[in-house]
Amino acid sequence: MLLQLPRITPLFPEIFVLFMIAVVLLAGLFAKPRIAGRLTYLLTQTTLMGACILTFRFYDTETITTFNGMFIHDPLSQVSTLFVYVTTVFTLAYARQYIEERSIQQPEYYILTLFSVLGMMALISAGNFLSLYVSLELFSLPLYAMVALRRDLAAGSEAAMKYFITGAVASGMLLYGISMLFGTTNSLDLNVVASTTITLNPTMVIIYRFALVFIIAGVIFKLGAVPFHMWVPDVYQGAPTSVTLFISGAPKIAALALLFRLLTTALPSLHLQWTPILIAISITSMALGNLVAIVQTDLKRMLAYSSIAHMGYTLLGILTAGAVGYSAGLFYMISYSIMAVGAFGLLTLMSRAGVEVDKVGDLRGLNARNPWLALMMLFLMFSMAGLPPTVGFFAKLGVLQALIDAHLVWLAVLALIFAIIGAYYYIRVVKVMYFEEPDSQQLQPMQISGDMRFIISINGLGVLVLGLFPSALIDLCRSVF
Amino acid sequence: MIQQFIFYLFSAMAIATAAMVIISKSPVRAALFLVVTFIASAGLWILLQAEFLGLVLILVYVGAVMTLFLFVVMMLDMDGIELRSGFVQYLPFALIVLSVMLAFIILAVWHTSFGLGHANPSKETAAYNNIALLGSVLYTQYAYPFVLAGALLLLAIIAAISLTFRGTRNAKKQRVEWQVSVRAQDRLYKTSMKNEKRL
Repeated sequence: MLLQLPRITPLFPEIFVLFMIAVVLLAGLFAKPRIAGRLTYLLTQTTLMGACILTFRFYDTETITTFNGMFIHDPLSQVSTLFVYVTTVFTLAYARQYIEERSIQQPEYYILTLFSVLGMMALISAGNFLSLYVSLELFSLPLYAMVALRRDLAAGSEAAMKYFITGAVASGMLLYGISMLFGTTNSLDLNVVASTTITLNPTMVIIYRFALVFIIAGVIFKLGAVPFHMWVPDVYQGAPTSVTLFISGAPKIAALALLFRLLTTALPSLHLQWTPILIAISITSMALGNLVAIVQTDLKRMLAYSSIAHMGYTLLGILTAGAVGYSAGLFYMISYSIMAVGAFGLLTLMSRAGVEVDKVGDLRGLNARNPWLALMMLFLMFSMAGLPPTVGFFAKLGVLQALIDAHLVWLAVLALIFAIIGAYYYIRVVKVMYFEEPDSQQLQPMQISGDMRFIISINGLGVLVLGLFPSALIDLCRSVF
Repeated sequence: MIQQFIFYLFSAMAIATAAMVIISKSPVRAALFLVVTFIASAGLWILLQAEFLGLVLILVYVGAVMTLFLFVVMMLDMDGIELRSGFVQYLPFALIVLSVMLAFIILAVWHTSFGLGHANPSKETAAYNNIALLGSVLYTQYAYPFVLAGALLLLAIIAAISLTFRGTRNAKKQRVEWQVSVRAQDRLYKTSMKNEKRL
């Protein structure tokens, strides 16, 4: 048998990241303990930026499949991985000081992050159920470990157990759905599955539907939408803030890409079956997320419920089963992950040794203590609420427009009502920051270092700038589909 | 002829050791009998020309899973008598479950798979070798997921170590658990010494 070497240029970013994981691993092992943390941090950031440059350098507008269809290199995978790198770079920049001050081993933290990023990259580009499932595990396993990485925190171990067990069940469900598809189509290749299911043999439709339900259940768990949302508040609250920050950003983009691969690449012919499921999921997510977030006093928990609601909005775009809706969903997810990373990043950098900032009350009178941080939080909260001129407004606008184009006006009205309900708790945070007096022990001004100030400024102003000039990002998302 | 002999040997071994897993009093012995059951079933697989399945059964189940299981059983210090305490109480329910399952199995597979005629499967062609077939696609067609799985295993090691590793052993530091569990006789002990002669 003649061995044909597969085309490996599309895999350069993945190969680079895997190579650098080994380098960081050795650096963390052999460097002096005093400098190991800072060295691995710098190497990790270099890796992510290098991968960013490689993806950008080899950007292709056409679709290339390589390794016998295991790997798909298309605009969707490239745009998604680009934003995975960007959000991870921000995440690590926010997290560095936080984990330095706490009993979290730094080299391990960075290596686990890099592994998770590698898993996300492979997941986003997966063209075969086999590579898809392996990379899904590669991306979620580090997250479970990172949640438990802080030893002195019992809540972290509890959250990790919950996350791990529910995550394992979700993987099982996804795998079960995949096995049904494999049994009926005799193939693991997404494109072959798509072309086999297109005939819709009436005796097979019932099996396809079962498979679809299990697959959607698995992906919805990773996204964290109702009815598989139970882990989200507990994990967000129990994990160290730096890990919550990571979970809320890049993995959401990867999970959305997974949904695109499964629903639009492998099962586009079943859209009449998956649209009603997604409608139910998004309505319940928006309702539960926004209503339960109102009563939360824990800021991390509130943002967790807000993330459930945002997942509902993202799915609104996808359930229209059209290119306009898909690009609106992708735009929503990218802008949400930028906002979420900013909001959790702010909490991370305000928490210092021994003091955790995770209650809404902890932000009381932030304007008096550090007006610039308060202003950045204001932008982020307004963006999450969907107020113009921030990027959150255009994200919601795009999704609603796609709904109206698909003649789902009632759903658009419902989404708008829940958005107005949701605006309450975002604006409450702003009210607490600007119109309430700080407690006596919080009177001293809040100091943050210069590089942290620089990063949060980029993030907060980025939300505003993307809202003022959204066309570049919108065009990028449109070019994908 | 020799094949039938081997088949009956392994089958009898599998059934006998499976029965011993249930009957034997000590959990450790039960686990060891389960190992023999797996080896006998692996022999049956190989007899059916599914040599890969047979080898994997020995490598994974005997080599890894059962060893782990034995460690756990040995650490738990289980009491065999206590485990058997509710035997009569649960017996009627167990019999019901057993008879229902047996009935289903007989209904489903008795007439298709049982009987001496099924003991010797039809021969495959000479070129058929499933380890070679698996090997030829593992590093070619499935090279990419194979590498990903390798990364996944490396990650599993790193994640497990980072969650359990608590500093090097020879580091000089306070060990609170030792300090708390210390007993008086560890610190203070009496020895009998000869009285010195008074001058």
